[in-house]
Amino acid sequence: MAAAAFYDLDGTLVRTNLVHVFAHTARNQQGLWRSLTRTIAAAVSVPMFMAADTYSRRMFNDVFFRYYKGESEDRLRYLSEELFENVLKDAIFPGAYELVDKSKRLGLRQVLVTGAIDFTVMPLIRHLGFDHHVCNHLEFVDGRATGRLRPPVMAAATKASWMRTYAEKEGLNLSDCFAYSDSMSDLPMLSVVGHPAAVNPDFRLRNTAMQHDWPILDLR
Amino acid sequence: MPKRTVPAKVPVRTATRGPTPRKKEDDQVVYIDTNSAPRVMFSGEDLLVEDLPVGTRVIYPKPPLEGLANPGAAVRYALNHPLGTDPLYAQLYPGMRVTIAVDDISLPLPPMVTPDIRQTIVEILLELLDANGVDDVHIIVANSLHRRMTGPEMKRMLGRKIFDAYYPDRYYNHDAEDPDGMVHLGKTNHNEVVNINRRAVESDLLIYVNINLVPMDGGHKSVTVGLCDYESLRAHHEPHTIRQSDSYMDPAKSMLNKKVERMGAIVQSNMKIFHIETALNNRMFGPQMSFLTKNEDDFTETDRLKLEATRWALSKMPSGAKRTLFHNIPAQYELVACHAGETQAVHSKIIEKNFEQYMVNVRGQSDIVICGVPFISPYNVNSILNPLLVQVMGLGYFHNFYRGKPLLKKGGVLILTHPCYDKFDHKHHPSYIEFFNRLLPETRDADVLRAKYEEEFARNPSYIEMYRRGNAYHGAHPFFMWYWGENGRQHVGKVIVAGAENAHVPAMLGWDRADSLTEAIAMARSHVGPNPDISMLHHPPIVMVDVE
Repeated sequence: MAAAAFYDLDGTLVRTNLVHVFAHTARNQQGLWRSLTRTIAAAVSVPMFMAADTYSRRMFNDVFFRYYKGESEDRLRYLSEELFENVLKDAIFPGAYELVDKSKRLGLRQVLVTGAIDFTVMPLIRHLGFDHHVCNHLEFVDGRATGRLRPPVMAAATKASWMRTYAEKEGLNLSDCFAYSDSMSDLPMLSVVGHPAAVNPDFRLRNTAMQHDWPILDLR
Repeated sequence: MPKRTVPAKVPVRTATRGPTPRKKEDDQVVYIDTNSAPRVMFSGEDLLVEDLPVGTRVIYPKPPLEGLANPGAAVRYALNHPLGTDPLYAQLYPGMRVTIAVDDISLPLPPMVTPDIRQTIVEILLELLDANGVDDVHIIVANSLHRRMTGPEMKRMLGRKIFDAYYPDRYYNHDAEDPDGMVHLGKTNHNEVVNINRRAVESDLLIYVNINLVPMDGGHKSVTVGLCDYESLRAHHEPHTIRQSDSYMDPAKSMLNKKVERMGAIVQSNMKIFHIETALNNRMFGPQMSFLTKNEDDFTETDRLKLEATRWALSKMPSGAKRTLFHNIPAQYELVACHAGETQAVHSKIIEKNFEQYMVNVRGQSDIVICGVPFISPYNVNSILNPLLVQVMGLGYFHNFYRGKPLLKKGGVLILTHPCYDKFDHKHHPSYIEFFNRLLPETRDADVLRAKYEEEFARNPSYIEMYRRGNAYHGAHPFFMWYWGENGRQHVGKVIVAGAENAHVPAMLGWDRADSLTEAIAMARSHVGPNPDISMLHHPPIVMVDVE
């Protein structure tokens, strides 16, 4: 039976996270004043983002994506290539290339399961050669972001749920599948496969991985 | 017409009457009588003091051979008077590319007091290379599929001066999973693949610096195993080879050695190798702990005080602290021989010295053999002796410490003393955890394990990453550890672990457990009969037996 390797992105394969991506967008606004105010707003909001993320990934998403409100869709897409070249490409962990490569050689389907927004990850998906992906999508009305995500929002249990559906649809045996994540919020995603691994884990995930005897990888 | 067969030669009795004169047992063999003191033995990080049944034969290690007074001079002499090849200085020229490969942290055990003998040798080598205008020098730790050594471990091994000058660009660990780092040298006529580290192959000269702790080490194994990859290693690290090795500590009767030599011939035809081998004595403990190697009947009051103080201190410490304590007591090994030159010629000389140090003559096999399993094995330096490693110590190393016949009779009982705690090091042995918890409940059959699961573990991307970037043993390593116990498993009738703190670990390994050594001996008697011959191997340090 076929199998797949499921990867989280931020902190797992790349050094950046959603906040870095947002900061890049904020810095590259049309007009100096707008760039400055957005960047300052992003900077002062970081502690709030961290607090929200510690509490729950869902709350983080609610708070964080509100900052995209009013951004134009074409502008965000335009910035995505630049974002990849200037921020994401250099932030890919050296070990990430090898991990994906070894996985491919095993004949595993490469699937990215991330809470990042679609336009930010597309160049990276092409670069690392993923076969499939699922990510979050901003909601746009009249070409402008509303600050909300289109459901289903990819986070925590939703990722695991999507993986189960995906495996069923594609005829994959989850017991033979691998999953990689850096964050405790992805515990459900790691729990549904036969070969989970904590990658550059935070403190809570490291402890959980130790308790479950999961491999702990450092791709940095 | 049936072919006439030549009758086998029947030994002709000579004129002398009576039984054939028997070889005298060495002084290291002691028989327990009614006045004998209890014996001290390791049980992981603890020391047991046990009364053994009257008549039990206790086999002690030989006293340490005298160390060479000037190891540096001995090394220089070996480099200038090599066996079967030109002196090293005559093989050097400016601009050449040289690689020095050194044995990894699995040797010697425990790590020796500094300066490690490898440091002494490599410092001399670097001086010599520099004096001859050779500046393209890399130092590779020949760790094969063992874990990578950490920076501090590498610094301790070769000293600060070399570490600062060469680490990490020119002093690094071998990486068997580097896609560009291996070169295919060919196949033997038995289809064994020979892949070796690229830097070593592409060097004008490879200098190998070895420590031969046991007779299984060294020779062609140094390069052919130390610098190979999974594909090459699995040619001989497999159940059939181990079963056909009688024992693998006796190179002349070891299939493992035969295969490695076959592959070594291909290595030798493709690479220029200058081999340096060393033999150490068995001075494992300093004056504070040297009582552990003594016959307990000869203990002085001071020895008894030291023993009681040590046991009291250990009883008050948590297991992690005890482990750290023991791992931080360096061995006091001294150099007893150093030879250099052509691989096989050098190895023969060093093996002789190994046997001289370790081999004890004993008369006859035993129905029951008792071994105390200490805190360390070649695979858990600075780490935990997990259940698979307890298995490898008992059925692998201790069972194979013989020449001629095993100490234990076929179908006899091996008694080990160890707590058998269900603990694994997540950094060093991640694949062991899956092997133990997922595979062993399904089967203990080495052939099935190899056929069904070995490649899955070897190719597991997580384990490969942990081997390459972390300090983990390769994904396939727990399989090799299981195969390592294969000839022991085939020979031993029953294994009983005395003092195992739980029932499930011995059960998973296919063993019985007993609360105490006395209970284990009683259980063993019910298996082999009421009047068994019992022997105890008084490890550590290493003792091997030549069984008449």
